[in-house]
Amino acid sequence: MKFDATVDIDRFQILAVIGSLFFLAFITYLVRKKKLREDYSLLWLFFGGIFLVLSIWRESLEYISRTMGVAYAPAAIFIILIMSLFMIMIQFSMIISKQANQISMLAQEVALLRLQNSDNADQESEIKP
Amino acid sequence: MDMFPRQSSQLNSKGKGLVDGRVAIIVPAYNEEHSIKSVLEELHSQNPGNWDIIVVNDKSQDNTLQMALEQPNVVIDLPINLGIGGCVQSGLLYAYHNDYSLAIQFDSDGQHVANEIKTLLWSMAESKADVVIGSRFISSFTGQFKSSFMRRLGIKLISLTTTLLTGKTIKDPTSGFRAFNGAAIKLFAHSYPVHFPEPESIILLHKNNLKVHEVSTLMNPRLGGRSSLEKKAFFYMINVLLGMIVSAMRPQEKYKSLDEV
Repeated sequence: MKFDATVDIDRFQILAVIGSLFFLAFITYLVRKKKLREDYSLLWLFFGGIFLVLSIWRESLEYISRTMGVAYAPAAIFIILIMSLFMIMIQFSMIISKQANQISMLAQEVALLRLQNSDNADQESEIKP
Repeated sequence: MDMFPRQSSQLNSKGKGLVDGRVAIIVPAYNEEHSIKSVLEELHSQNPGNWDIIVVNDKSQDNTLQMALEQPNVVIDLPINLGIGGCVQSGLLYAYHNDYSLAIQFDSDGQHVANEIKTLLWSMAESKADVVIGSRFISSFTGQFKSSFMRRLGIKLISLTTTLLTGKTIKDPTSGFRAFNGAAIKLFAHSYPVHFPEPESIILLHKNNLKVHEVSTLMNPRLGGRSSLEKKAFFYMINVLLGMIVSAMRPQEKYKSLDEV
């Protein structure tokens, strides 16, 4: 039995272009609503841009998969996508770690300030007879 | 409210008569132990009486905090490092909550000249702008330090982008030497660009219909240490330009209540 592994490239390409545009529009929406900080928005705008370029320009995909030694072009996208997601996730883990440390420090600062405040209040009430 | 009621003929040499109300001189500081002492001394000597020097220590690792505490300054000691954007914003938040009429950003690396603060104040009174930027690149003082060729090129590129995005030409968009009036303080007190505040804030001001004016001021060359930006200048440039484009995407701020961020 012959296994036909080709996809309907034209239809898929149209979907890919529309999908990329929606993605970019969504990121822009999040930026305008201030739900995304500028620095992280740049990351996703960059990816959206790459998706758009790859979906519009078919030859680039073929070229990339040939360079990577992959016969089936969409498999190349998956590989690149998965590796990119891993790197993004690792970066996020680093950011989360840093923020966890900052929250820790802030919590301790607040606790110490509370202590200092109550100490000051105690001292003041001692001075007044 | 006209906070500049007096005419220039009534000013003393430090421009004391210029402003009704108090001025917050915001001095952001991160690891500037070599220059901050002289910067603060210069500011205090120029104080006509209605300035408050507000040092914002961005969790410096060196003796910056100790040096700031030695003089009669308001010192805001940040518990975590926020970067230049968050640091200046902390000063603006303080200015907002304490009813300052004006805020001036004055860098702690010795590049800014205290004597030129009155230039900013005069310019604000004349132009009725909401923000006045002290520029190195308007007129040419002989011997005016204008920084290296690469940086000037980069600044020209940023300036071009600013013109494209706002229609207004600002020749020195990366200058941190600025005066903010009450409306600008209110705009930025709760939300100020984090990474590249100088050019990005110009775009935000334009978006919120606040007036920006540029005036020529004298500036010194960098005192202590190399700029941390020299190394990866190219990527910095790309980041600035992209950051500005992202800022341009934001809509106008609409505050229904003052607590809405």
